[in-house]
Amino acid sequence: MSLARKLRYGFMKDVGAPLVMGLAGVKSRSKNIRKPDPLFGPPLKCAERLKEIMTRHYFLSRYAEGAKPVAWVTSGAPVELLRAFDFYTIYPENHGALCGAQKLGPELCAVAEEKGYHQDLCSYARIDLGVCFSGKTPVGRLPKPDLLFASNNICQTVMYWYRVLSHKWKIPLLVFDTPFNFGQISRSEINYMVMQFEEMIPVLERISGKRLDQKAFENVMRLGKESAMAWGEILAAMKTVPSPMTIFDAFVHLAPIVSLRGLPVTLDYYNILLSELKDRISKGIGAIINERKRLMWDNIAIWYKVRDFSRLFAEKGMNFVAATYTNAWAETISYMDETRPMESLAKAYSLVILNNNLDHRLNLMERLIDEYHVDGLVIHSARSCKPYSVGQYDLKRLLMERKGIPSVVIEADITDYRAYSEEQTRTRLEAFFEALEGGS
Amino acid sequence: MEFVVGIDVGSLSTDAVILGEEENILGYSIVGTGDSSTDAAREAMDSAAANAGVDMVRASLIISTGYGRAAVPGSGRQVTEIACHAAGAYHFFSDTELVIDIGGQDSKVIRVGKGGKVLDFAMNDKCAAGTGRFLEVMSAKLKIPLDQMGTFSLAARGEASISSVCTVFAESEVVSLVARNFPKEEIVKGLHRSVVNRVWAMTRQMSVKGGVTMTGGVAKNTGVVALMEERLGRKINVPAEPQIIGALGAALMALRHLKGAAAG
Repeated sequence: MSLARKLRYGFMKDVGAPLVMGLAGVKSRSKNIRKPDPLFGPPLKCAERLKEIMTRHYFLSRYAEGAKPVAWVTSGAPVELLRAFDFYTIYPENHGALCGAQKLGPELCAVAEEKGYHQDLCSYARIDLGVCFSGKTPVGRLPKPDLLFASNNICQTVMYWYRVLSHKWKIPLLVFDTPFNFGQISRSEINYMVMQFEEMIPVLERISGKRLDQKAFENVMRLGKESAMAWGEILAAMKTVPSPMTIFDAFVHLAPIVSLRGLPVTLDYYNILLSELKDRISKGIGAIINERKRLMWDNIAIWYKVRDFSRLFAEKGMNFVAATYTNAWAETISYMDETRPMESLAKAYSLVILNNNLDHRLNLMERLIDEYHVDGLVIHSARSCKPYSVGQYDLKRLLMERKGIPSVVIEADITDYRAYSEEQTRTRLEAFFEALEGGS
Repeated sequence: MEFVVGIDVGSLSTDAVILGEEENILGYSIVGTGDSSTDAAREAMDSAAANAGVDMVRASLIISTGYGRAAVPGSGRQVTEIACHAAGAYHFFSDTELVIDIGGQDSKVIRVGKGGKVLDFAMNDKCAAGTGRFLEVMSAKLKIPLDQMGTFSLAARGEASISSVCTVFAESEVVSLVARNFPKEEIVKGLHRSVVNRVWAMTRQMSVKGGVTMTGGVAKNTGVVALMEERLGRKINVPAEPQIIGALGAALMALRHLKGAAAG
């Protein structure tokens, strides 16, 4: 780390970023004076703050290179450990979602495809490789990492994807290998995971030039746990009828818990969001004007369709109030315990939905259907995400038998809209609407 | 009220059914969709009206369905073909619990409850294999008219194995089988088997015990029906004119809608 870079980072953090954010804020506020939408309740006030946080995060990341240790991290990796060493973290999956929402998926995927990466691979991976090879990104520039940190608790693809990055930049890759949970997690499996953490510490110390500070680590653990619990409360607010927020809002407000987990800003932001939601509940304000039916979403969002779907469903008086996806960042957090950090991290991260058996997922979905008063289920079969999409037809059939609620499978992709067909999706959704409205 | 119209604008054919007050079919037509859904809809309705001996302008309600449902002139309502096939199949066979509709550009299986209500469905709309279009391509390649494919298949003594799941590659497989002088009957049977296997995989998501009804143009193909029966291990209901079942379902809904409106 060079002193000049550190000074520049410090300057941008304290002066540059607030200045740029201030200007951007003025611009967007002057642009955002619009008429109330007849389909939706008033927009969430704190959304402006969220935008600021995420813009600042990507803006500052440009200056982090050389000033702070930088790591690229998978969404399910136990980042708390890295936070204790003050790493600046970039989440390629979050960045991929951002590219997807801006409809840049196919363009960036194509860069990777030209290099021989197959179209059947995950589009987050293809976008990220495309960004690496071309340097193109809607956020200006991503910092080159000093370290890669991946966990296979979300999929196996990340192992190969991050190896490519490691090979390209000749930088170390730390892998957190989580045994799949078939029924119950064993003592020896926990030991196996804890030993991996112990092996990581010297590497992290070498790259960051810092010793592990136990106090700092415990503080990160506490912050991580508290912000995930706040996220859980935010989601639980959607149990209220009418729901003060839609799952499409939650897809966007998910960004801090994914990318800035364990940092004070995340907890602060979620407390603001939570109090706004509580205020809406007390006033009976719903996210959509006429909430007649309540739905659940399965799998990752279809990022390029979030806005369209939000309108399409609101027009029908249908509101998504739960999703297995947004729930994933609140689900296993109760295992977190700063007094036993390593062991609790092992549990919290290995028992996540995608590293857990289908029975677990079925029970979870049943519980969400009951608790959130769900009338119907939309299942996104995502071409990119095989671990999330496998077993969906069985889950659909079993949930129909047990809960008697209509459901529909739509075949699409998270960011690569070449795998999405508007007309065919519309037909399926309309048939679902017919079933939800009581049949033909 | 004198009559209602159901019209199903599909990718390959556009079908219209004119239905009297007692759910009696007064006339119907099947025309090619071609390059204009609106023109095809108009042509199908005119031809069905001529067939029924009625004047189209006096239709009490027109309900449209199928991929071109939004392009039908005079349509009073739009309903998905999934609901229409369920209602149409149930009209002829009230024991129907599962509808297998193999159409021009997609195939679907629909689980049906009491009164022809849709309980669940699965669709293949991503791939031409397992659709009518697949058989159309192959019939052209083999120079066997589409309506004779069934007869050819039933006459086969053996069966060619078509390994590819893709229409384009299956076509080149057929070319090489022809080059090796494989009997056409056996090639056709192999092709039918590949369609059946694809659709059968979808039926397995539905776990249905009751009656199975096949609709859509491909249900006219006796070879496909025979292999599907073999695969499912049960007899399949096939309506006399399976291609108009979607349009019939739309017409039935039009009738119910008017009766509901009159009662309510």
